[in-house]
Amino acid sequence: MAETFATIGKSVAHDSAARHVSGEALYIDDMAVPEGTLHAYCVPSPKAHARIVSVDLSAVRAAPGVHAAISAADVPGRNDVGPIYKGEPFLAEGIVEYIGQPVVAIAATSIKAARAAAKLAKIVYEDLPAILTIEDALEKQAFVAKSYVMQHGDAPAALERAPHRLKGTFRNGAQDHFYLEGQIALAVPQEVGEMTVWSSTQHPTEVQKMVARALGRPANAVTCEIRRMGGGFGGKETQPAIIACIAAVLADKAGRAVKYRLDRDDDFMITGKRHDFLVRYEVGFDGEGRLLALDIEFAARAGHVADLSTSIVDRALFHTTNCYYVPHVRATGHACKTHTQSNTAFRGFGGPQGVLAAEHVIDRVAHAVGRDPLAVRKLNFFGPAPRDLTHYGQRVEDFVADRIVAELAGDVGYEARRRETDAFNAANPILKKGLALSPVMFGVSFTALQFNQAGALVHVYTDGSILLNHAGTEMGQGLHTKICQVVADEFAVPLESVRIAATNTSKVPNTSATAASAGSDLNGKAAQRAAQAIKARIAGFLAGQYRIGEHEVRFEAGHVIAGDARLSFREAVQLAYNGRIQLSATGFYRTPKIHFDRASAKGRPYYYFAYGAAYVETTIDTLTGEYSVDRAELLHDAGRSLNPAIDIGQIEGGFVQGMGWLTTEEIWFDATGRLRTHAPSTYKIPVARDLPRQFRTRLWEGGMNREESTHRSKAVGEPPLMLATAVFLALQDAARAAAPKALLDAPATPERVLMAIEAAK
Amino acid sequence: MSDRIRLLLGDRPVEISGIDPTTTVLDWLRGPCGRTGTKEGCAEGDCGACTVVLAEPDGSGGLAYRSVNSCIQFVGTLDGVQLLTVEDLAKDGTPHPVQRAMVAAHASQCGFCTPGFVMTLYHLYRTYDGPLPPPRETLDRALGGNLCRCTGYRPILEAAERMFDGRTAGEDVTATVAALEGLARDKGLAYEDRFFAPRTLAELAGVLKVHPGARILSGGTDLGLEVTKAHRTLDRVVYLGRVAELRTVAKTQTHLELGAAVTWSEAADPLVAIWPALDELFARFAGPPVRNAGTVGGNIANASPIGDSPPVFVALDADVELAGPAGMRRLKLADFFLDYRKTALAPGEVVARVRIPLPAPGLKLAAYKVSKRLDDDISAVCGVFALALDGGRIADARIAFGGMAAIPKRAASCEAALVGKDWTLATAQAAAAALASDFAPIGDMRASAAYRAKVAANLLVRFWHESTGSGIATRAVSYG
Repeated sequence: MAETFATIGKSVAHDSAARHVSGEALYIDDMAVPEGTLHAYCVPSPKAHARIVSVDLSAVRAAPGVHAAISAADVPGRNDVGPIYKGEPFLAEGIVEYIGQPVVAIAATSIKAARAAAKLAKIVYEDLPAILTIEDALEKQAFVAKSYVMQHGDAPAALERAPHRLKGTFRNGAQDHFYLEGQIALAVPQEVGEMTVWSSTQHPTEVQKMVARALGRPANAVTCEIRRMGGGFGGKETQPAIIACIAAVLADKAGRAVKYRLDRDDDFMITGKRHDFLVRYEVGFDGEGRLLALDIEFAARAGHVADLSTSIVDRALFHTTNCYYVPHVRATGHACKTHTQSNTAFRGFGGPQGVLAAEHVIDRVAHAVGRDPLAVRKLNFFGPAPRDLTHYGQRVEDFVADRIVAELAGDVGYEARRRETDAFNAANPILKKGLALSPVMFGVSFTALQFNQAGALVHVYTDGSILLNHAGTEMGQGLHTKICQVVADEFAVPLESVRIAATNTSKVPNTSATAASAGSDLNGKAAQRAAQAIKARIAGFLAGQYRIGEHEVRFEAGHVIAGDARLSFREAVQLAYNGRIQLSATGFYRTPKIHFDRASAKGRPYYYFAYGAAYVETTIDTLTGEYSVDRAELLHDAGRSLNPAIDIGQIEGGFVQGMGWLTTEEIWFDATGRLRTHAPSTYKIPVARDLPRQFRTRLWEGGMNREESTHRSKAVGEPPLMLATAVFLALQDAARAAAPKALLDAPATPERVLMAIEAAK
Repeated sequence: MSDRIRLLLGDRPVEISGIDPTTTVLDWLRGPCGRTGTKEGCAEGDCGACTVVLAEPDGSGGLAYRSVNSCIQFVGTLDGVQLLTVEDLAKDGTPHPVQRAMVAAHASQCGFCTPGFVMTLYHLYRTYDGPLPPPRETLDRALGGNLCRCTGYRPILEAAERMFDGRTAGEDVTATVAALEGLARDKGLAYEDRFFAPRTLAELAGVLKVHPGARILSGGTDLGLEVTKAHRTLDRVVYLGRVAELRTVAKTQTHLELGAAVTWSEAADPLVAIWPALDELFARFAGPPVRNAGTVGGNIANASPIGDSPPVFVALDADVELAGPAGMRRLKLADFFLDYRKTALAPGEVVARVRIPLPAPGLKLAAYKVSKRLDDDISAVCGVFALALDGGRIADARIAFGGMAAIPKRAASCEAALVGKDWTLATAQAAAAALASDFAPIGDMRASAAYRAKVAANLLVRFWHESTGSGIATRAVSYG
């Protein structure tokens, strides 16, 4: 049988895997740079909040090796990288608003020279009162944007009527992205006024736009390119614009290429993180644990400017009931202004905070009614109408969390494990075990409608090789591999025939960030359409040549079958070229069906939902608070997976990253507002030993996107991160075994575990 | 005339001159060498993206390999060694089994940490001679110094097992050994009057006599950070790593003697052989690339209040020998630490050796580390407990803590509450309570003061359970 070359649904290796392991994969810092390239460094603000009285850079400019030194006043265009709101400077203007904020940028012949010169900057500050905590911001009603309320039914009245009520406060910590490759941009001036920027960014179009704006030039004068990032996780959605603008303005001033690479400390000190939240809630429920009403308030640390905070808080509100039907909901969101780094997008984008809060609440409800939390979860699942209605008005048409949870609970023998855990705890005074099985339901689409579009540009060359450009960026998630699979499949050629080009704003314009897990949904479709357009042209041409119907032309196994003729793909392409057929096409896609009205907080913001569930067992040591994650079983719905190996990688990696957020990763500020966890010596992401001792991940076999997504696959970038909620819940379960009233906040560091138990004794 | 730094880069002899000898190996690789496969992830030896492998003759015709963090090693330390980077692994275009296994296991996503993992696994591939596939504990220990943010590690662990499939006998290294022996020096390296690598204590004394203010470089895992994190220039550096007398491990009738330039990887086995209770602590002590570079003397001389070996050595009543202009002198390690980062070292003096008395029968010993993350983290609290039991009675007690004061410190009140008492839970609890008068710990990003105090006290209770075989399980995590 002839080889089909079909790779859809196959575990083909990441397109760069061989280059990753050989060291040949090039990241921006590895690229050959033009002669005379300068290196940038920024003078950081030493104050959380102060007025800039004066800036004197004369000594800096006279320092050896310095070619340019700029402050906000030297920015030729707009000193603003605000993605939604105006007034978010990349160089402090008039005031500084967090410790570490770039105030002055210097380009010199070496990073050492730039750092040395930075010490010569004379900047006079006048202290202003700083807001350093969410509580302080709430008290002062300091918000970066107007607070937002989503309401469904009448939560206050329903709470009044509810037979049982619970109030509580819950916190989750911030999280640094800790992409292994720090933020970096290389800006290279071109002919009169043109600028090319290589930026480690998930959002090349935004870098292009912001750099153009900073230089006071039109977008067509700026090109942004990125082949690959060394990790992104949302941290390279808006933050790269800060880095790129500084590099570009310096390059423009100096008339030379400028590389601005943040070392690990600067990356931590300058860029935003996942939002920490303070959540206050009141929940009403019946004697069985059925949720009747939820009044919940999310207060997020936005930092000094809004960035994407309002959208992130919105997503927390959207996800505040996770998989559960609640007839009356009032969800309020605040994006609190603090004089700290501006928190930003991070895998899940507010969803994890919403889901975590929902699961914390349901866990407490279960405990209050004396039932196993899994039973109460099942009781509250979305179901047939009217139990299919979310608090934002979308009907849940594709609910499968109940099936996934039932399957997983059966696989792990949940009831028996619960009994064994209870027996262990009865016999052990120092160690306590806990377990949890919790689901995830995550809405897929950008909630801002305009971002749900993508483009692609496909070239077929006369030797039969194919070059693929699309709007998405590669940060390790395997997007390029998947889109290559889609295009190779369309043409029925070997995967090796398709080469991915670096993402470049001059090839595919007006792109959306590679974010919201939507990369393969959007770009897969756009690339598929571009390929289909070329195929249709070739088919039309061959149909004419062979005097057959277009439908009689088929692309199969590296060949094009035209009636009785069987041409190799290369022959067909060459013939088409000779026949003056255009072998290049763009493709465009916009997600159908979605809409949302923010004023009424109602609509259908999500094209579909992604689902999964995790079962986790933990053991805690009640003398130190240290713990182990003994077992994790993940069952996740990736739809019809485009590439199971890549999807499993996203699920496992997302889970471990989420586990880090909820366990050992702690962002800690001192009393002056200085971030003191700013490198891996103080900020602890998981290592190999932290993996659950037993760890199994499976794609749910029932997976099938009921919407017409790319080959019926489902988004898989963000949803699995929330599977780690089960780790937190299992630790909470174990803590309760030590002290029934113990309540954990996140991250559940050993200290928090021990102190929560001690406080509840 | 200045010496050049001579090494093998892969199989190629290379000489370095004209650059700052405290240039990091990473910067040298990525800059002048154009080898950009090795990455900078943190510039402090905590992420492993920059991991490279060093090989030196092992004295018996083969090569001794160690993985180190190139981001904090100075090029001056490369003199006389073979440096292997990710670019050296493939032969004639064929990927190394480590590389093939990483691809087959889908063990890279963004790829930025990958060269570091590849080199860590390559080190394991060359040095591991236990059962196959290696036990998970072996892999956890080997990978403890490498961070990956994408994969969640499971596929990397799979690659670590698969890479041994079809492993053939080690390659012939005689040519490399011969080439390295050809680089050996009669007299220590003296590079541009800025970097000295004396080969004997006598040479060391000579250099320090001329340059009493020179900075002492041992493993570089701390001093390196002055360059990469504090961005300071070190004018003159004297490297102890080639001083033969400081590289010895000896067990005498009465003591285990560890030379100051012995690395933690080299020290751990002899220590654990005598004091098995130290195994977990040394597994949790930094990550492998740091243990492969960091030294016994360095961990003592830098006098960090949160170093993990000083509490151990203080509790074991070790002496420290200092070599200086006036020759050697010896003092109790407990008397070496004067105040925060202040030691008894006189100008021109270096830590030469640690002497740990061999255990008397009846010694009950435990060394406990508590940190946010289990592996490769800095202690919030490190508690070491050494009791001499006479029947059920405590004849002597030496309790030392790190993380509880400005220096690694004994807990005098706690010890007083123990000595002469029967070793019971009540005694342990009373001694735990006495810690409150020994220590007033600080709160910082690693732990609050209250947690430090609580945990320190609880560790005594744990020690009681574990030392008496109470039958009650105390460990959530096993390092077995």
